[in-house]
Amino acid sequence: MLAAPAVTAAAAGSGAPALAWLAELAGAPLPTRREEDWRFTDLAALAAIPAGFASPAAGQPVDPWSGLNLPAGVTRLTGPAAEAQLGTALAASGCDQHWPVRLNGGACPALLVLKVEGDAGSLELPLPVSAAEGVVAWRLLLVLEPGARLELLQVPAPAPGQRQLLSLVSEVVLGAGARLQLGCLAQGHTHAALLHHLAVRQASGSELQATLVSSGWGLARHEPRVVQEQGAARTRLLGLQRVDGRQLADTHSFVRFDGPDGELDQLHKAVADGSGRSVFNGAVQVPRLAQRTNAAQLSRTLLLSDRARIDTKPQLEIVADDVKCAHGATVSQLQSEELFYLRSRGIDAATAAGLLQRAFCHEVLRELPAAAHRHDPLTALLGAA
Amino acid sequence: MSAVIRPDAPVLLEIRDLHASVENQPILKGVNLTIRAGEIHAVMGRNGSGKSTLSKVLAGHPAYTVTGGSVLYRGENLLDLDPEQRSRIGLFLGFQYPVEIPGVSNLEFLRVATNARRKERGDEELDTFAFEDVVRERLSVVQMDPAFLDRSVNEGFSGGEKKRNEILQMALLEPVVAILDETDSGLDIDALRIVAGGVNQLSSPDNSTLLITHYQRLLDLITPDAVHVMAAGRILRSGGKDLALELERSGYEWVDAELARLDGEAAPQPAAPQPLEVA
Repeated sequence: MLAAPAVTAAAAGSGAPALAWLAELAGAPLPTRREEDWRFTDLAALAAIPAGFASPAAGQPVDPWSGLNLPAGVTRLTGPAAEAQLGTALAASGCDQHWPVRLNGGACPALLVLKVEGDAGSLELPLPVSAAEGVVAWRLLLVLEPGARLELLQVPAPAPGQRQLLSLVSEVVLGAGARLQLGCLAQGHTHAALLHHLAVRQASGSELQATLVSSGWGLARHEPRVVQEQGAARTRLLGLQRVDGRQLADTHSFVRFDGPDGELDQLHKAVADGSGRSVFNGAVQVPRLAQRTNAAQLSRTLLLSDRARIDTKPQLEIVADDVKCAHGATVSQLQSEELFYLRSRGIDAATAAGLLQRAFCHEVLRELPAAAHRHDPLTALLGAA
Repeated sequence: MSAVIRPDAPVLLEIRDLHASVENQPILKGVNLTIRAGEIHAVMGRNGSGKSTLSKVLAGHPAYTVTGGSVLYRGENLLDLDPEQRSRIGLFLGFQYPVEIPGVSNLEFLRVATNARRKERGDEELDTFAFEDVVRERLSVVQMDPAFLDRSVNEGFSGGEKKRNEILQMALLEPVVAILDETDSGLDIDALRIVAGGVNQLSSPDNSTLLITHYQRLLDLITPDAVHVMAAGRILRSGGKDLALELERSGYEWVDAELARLDGEAAPQPAAPQPLEVA
């Protein structure tokens, strides 16, 4: 099921430049800022990640999920049954050749294929890392049969203080009327990077809610990509990213309607402090056959420092004529009236600013699956703020 | 009638020749006001007279710059203090437009605010459970539904609910000097009665209240000891509660004439309320 890695850490040698090693793993050179999709995000920063594997199995095809406790209605597929739909969501959403996806494939990911039937409740998927420095990769395929339901939480986290690159590729196939509430709560640190692709194929009548939250990473890139294959499905995308220091967080989302009557509700929020940099690019494609599509996209950024930088861009390509597509972007600072109100109640300025940041983040965090509460997402996101 | 109502009571707030501006625009141009323990004062005036600015300057709003004069709070210089310090030592501002803060639970907000005040007074801070007991008891002051505690601060509250939440904060913080800025605006008569009833319950011989208002109707429910008319950034006239009734009858037209006269210009004598002696 899993190919042996084309390049082993040992072969790369500890002195080999990490970027060359990563390029070899991916079978393609790293994208540069001359490419439109990478204009604001410089992967050259990955040079700081030592060549090597940080998976518990150190690059060997050992299964980290062998003892995984699955709720009723969820079964793990292996062999040909598992491979039947592998890669189809990546291909359908046009990202199978994206560099982070190729890297994931080349880094010998741990692979988990789950079939979901009926109402399966909730599942938190462990994403184990070792204390070693280097790359760790996971590949997940979720197939929700028609009418199935699941809440899924992923909490990718690097080992404390270690220079690690976490590569997560999740594929989802939603059958007719299936419903998935997916949450990704990604709390990193400045020495770690996260490359995250989420590719979803939605059949008609299906519902997807994906809430992607990240903070603290030296570099984090999220690419949620959704195709409504017959239209007539509901997609809700929520994002929240927080940067401080010299961190960078980048969300490139993509939604395409390949049939009529589809719905999209997208909210992306960012908090930019220090000299942090936040990037959002929201692509929505509404071809001619996608009549009566109803899509709304909103990007909201809270700018807490005059050294922080925001790049936010809606990218709507609308060919159908009978559609509702709204988009908006706001960048604001903490409101002085709100701050004054809190201070006038005896709350010091720093605490008041923290409360208002929490309020800003709450709108997205409350949409995480209930299992996320255990991780105290606010504290994870804001630290001591 | 004299503006000194309780001459033996300690002075809680003493405003002397206060000047303040916002964005380099002078708004307050020499306000004088002395408030003693146990007194309720009302400041009335038209829009733009400076009465809301006075309340914000006293609470320490950073957008306003004090350009002259002084404010003593129980003999201490109030203007040196941050807004949060002013609150902790017992100054309270009830907002005309309370701010909505989605995502911050009202209960938690009230608890943090209450504990900041308690800490300053040397009282033990309250944990979530102990605070719930305190707050539930205080809810009765404004007849507020406990469901409002579980909601975000002021989010989706009606105008009346927001003002009740302000008075609930006053009940919890037990201020020494409470300034209520247009607490009556936007309230129907029932909400006004509840809010006014709360203020009356909280008044004591040891504290004082400064009501900033546009209309007489609040003063039908809260009887002021002194009424001050503000215009063009200063207090033009002070008197007893009858002054508010006079204003209700004769309006504010006389103010313009009075201002013109003060500016040294010839103006016809206005049909003003009888001047009241101010000590």
